[in-house]
Amino acid sequence: MSRAKILDSCDEAVAGIEDGSTVLVGGFGFAGMPFDLLDALIRQGAKDLTIVSNNAGNGEVGLAALLKAGRVRKVVCSFPRQADSYVFDELYRAGRVELEVVPQGNLAERMRAAGAGIGGFYCPTGVGTPLAEGKETRTIDGRDYVLEHPIRGDYALVSAHRADPMGNLVYRKTARNFGPVMATAATTTIVQVGELVALGQLDPEAVVTPSVYVDRIVRVQTRHYTVQGAR
Amino acid sequence: MSITTPQPGARAAVEHLDRGPLAMDELAAVIARDIPAGAYVNLGIGQPTRIADHLPDGSGVVLHTENGMLNMGPAAVGDRIDPDLTNAGKVPVTELPGAAYFHHADSFAMMRGGHLDVCVLGAYQVSTGGDLANWHTGRPEDIPAVGGAMDLAIGAKDVYVMMTLFTKAGEPKLVPACTYPLTGVGCVSRVYTDHATFDIAPGGARIRETWGSTAAELRRRIDAPALRAR
Repeated sequence: MSRAKILDSCDEAVAGIEDGSTVLVGGFGFAGMPFDLLDALIRQGAKDLTIVSNNAGNGEVGLAALLKAGRVRKVVCSFPRQADSYVFDELYRAGRVELEVVPQGNLAERMRAAGAGIGGFYCPTGVGTPLAEGKETRTIDGRDYVLEHPIRGDYALVSAHRADPMGNLVYRKTARNFGPVMATAATTTIVQVGELVALGQLDPEAVVTPSVYVDRIVRVQTRHYTVQGAR
Repeated sequence: MSITTPQPGARAAVEHLDRGPLAMDELAAVIARDIPAGAYVNLGIGQPTRIADHLPDGSGVVLHTENGMLNMGPAAVGDRIDPDLTNAGKVPVTELPGAAYFHHADSFAMMRGGHLDVCVLGAYQVSTGGDLANWHTGRPEDIPAVGGAMDLAIGAKDVYVMMTLFTKAGEPKLVPACTYPLTGVGCVSRVYTDHATFDIAPGGARIRETWGSTAAELRRRIDAPALRAR
């Protein structure tokens, strides 16, 4: 793995994402969503994408904008249906996007497995439910488990708070969510950050994502959207 | 299984007959009363979130939110709103001293690994054997969304359900067997409703406490063979 490249624009950062790619998209609702990279991906034009993310878009920005642009063939997520997920809802009801619902912990752990070189794992989540149908099960020490397989991405789009030129990352509060796991699970990990600091300015004890997982970095102006349910 | 008479020595259900069923905030207070001091607790999105407002000062209860935080504080208002700090319902919240952040795989590892003492979830249905249905109506026109419910259902040491006992049409939601798609099998330990609270134990559900009805009246309305007086 060569050292992370620092790029000048989001358009350069998303260059080369091919049609049909599996793209892991960080964020939980709006917190930690890589808005700028998603906007650049829309401009870049890749289509027939499989998107792995916790939700299926909120409002008409970020992931919802990518869906609205018609670039997504399939969404793998835990929680598509929300008060403001109307873009996805319409596409799904019209049969224009596939949906695979994965329990949230399995979504995270399956990506963790991919990033950690684990070929599969037995998990108690979902035993006896429709989401375990057709999957191998096994009883270990008297408890039932379901075999779950890794989820690997061709690309991960992640938003982090701060990076150094090596590609070490720190996150901010609950915007961390899927970022550290997705960064490990993709062939090419692309990160937008609010701040780029000089080498030596990140406390090595506090680094959350070590540089080895990061391929491309671009600095963006932090922007925030109204959070669903905000008062 | 048939309706059994109370075991000798077992405590009968406590019946509050001088009032009607609990309002949702009163139910939240009843659940808050039963959460042990110092417990690590996950409150599901929707109604269970209200329980936080009823935890007594100094309870030492630590709230976990599955999007990656321990020791979550109350909802944020005004200039304390930070888009990077939300709860699982994506509502802006605050952090308390001693809070910790972690990524999603760690968050669910601590849940699945049995490190959380209690979680409280909403439900469409619960069976008298403790099966939970709360993620999907099963209707083809409805978009399924499971979130963290299946992980929570099998992860926390104690899974409490908070729900109304009857649907708007008057159908009981505590049932002999769930007709909605399951979230987890045999995972619920206690059911808190507006009319009564129930313990799920080997052999079936037992009424602990009632509001506005006698235990005998509720048993008739619920009509589940494995529902017993305590």
